[in-house]
Amino acid sequence: MTAKPAGALGAHNAKVMNRFELTKRLVAHLKRDEAVVGGIGNANFDLWASGQRAQNFYMLGSMGLAIPIALGVAIAQPQRHVIALEGDGSLLMQLGCLATVAERSPKNLTIVVWDNGIYQITGSQPTASSAAADLVAISRGAGIANSSWAADEADFERLAASALKGEGPSLIAARIDNKPAVATTDRDPVQIRERFMRGLGVKTRSNS
Amino acid sequence: MTDSRTRATTWHDIVLATLKENDVRLVVYVPDRVFTPLIKALHADLFFTTFAATREEEALGIVSGAWMGGMRGAVLMQTSGFGTIPNALASLVVPCQIPALIFVSERGTLGEFNLGQALVCKTMRPVLNSLAVENITITRQDELAFSIDRSIKQAVATQAPVTFILSPLLTGGKVFEA
Repeated sequence: MTAKPAGALGAHNAKVMNRFELTKRLVAHLKRDEAVVGGIGNANFDLWASGQRAQNFYMLGSMGLAIPIALGVAIAQPQRHVIALEGDGSLLMQLGCLATVAERSPKNLTIVVWDNGIYQITGSQPTASSAAADLVAISRGAGIANSSWAADEADFERLAASALKGEGPSLIAARIDNKPAVATTDRDPVQIRERFMRGLGVKTRSNS
Repeated sequence: MTDSRTRATTWHDIVLATLKENDVRLVVYVPDRVFTPLIKALHADLFFTTFAATREEEALGIVSGAWMGGMRGAVLMQTSGFGTIPNALASLVVPCQIPALIFVSERGTLGEFNLGQALVCKTMRPVLNSLAVENITITRQDELAFSIDRSIKQAVATQAPVTFILSPLLTGGKVFEA
């Protein structure tokens, strides 16, 4: 099930790609200890599988909050680039956060949206983006001018490299297939949070 | 008691001064009529990064990220907004042990006119208690600075969130004509 003729997704020419493949390509561009916040579900799982960097934060719940969490990190650490990885279902749950990001306009924040048009982890029910909602158009409408569909893998890498220059908030959306993630994360929230904070050079109770 | 808090004469002056003394630099809010003077003063003070989120759970996500990035943050909301955050508390803030500072302008009691606020108010403390989230109802201005100052320090030291419920007895609440 990769063809999506209906709705906004059918209207553009973006190639259907694979999330794990794109996650690996994205991580390969991270040379400056950029922070990555993985949204709940497969976004998270494929981030984990791509290599457990100390600057990765893996959400365990709070669906829809990857972008707000990433915005908070970006505000606290303006010198570090921060990337939120979010699925279409999660983003649809918290669309208002795009307007908040645009209003704050942090130079160091990039949002990556994996859009397969389904709530994959709960039984592959269709999301609104499988029908009519165009997440890039929504993002532009919210005020994130630098919002684009990745046409193919090379275009995704070009957009990612450009976003990492830190000239303003950006959103990159990729149409992806419905292959499941290749691994799952550990599920120890304190350990995940502690490791992330150490990775960001922040003192915590257990490392200070 | 330091100078700024001694000089502070209103509840909102005291909240602002106590946040500043504890290096809480980020304040994310969903607006509330009663909190308006506090929000205005926070916006006017460049020590703080102050802005509105579109939902209360979004605000909690932002201050959680900021904490992990090394910046202390507080969230402001009214009672009805509290109804949107139990999932963010139970699946992010509490299990990750993030000392989010949550200020709720208490509606739904002491003269409430909106039944919707009144019922959410009834759920607020049971939800916080069932999650073992520290919650303090503040009714007196002479206890405000102490309560907030000590509770922020406890939140950071114990890596746990705290909720300050600011009663109409403190703030005057939202007045209506019966």
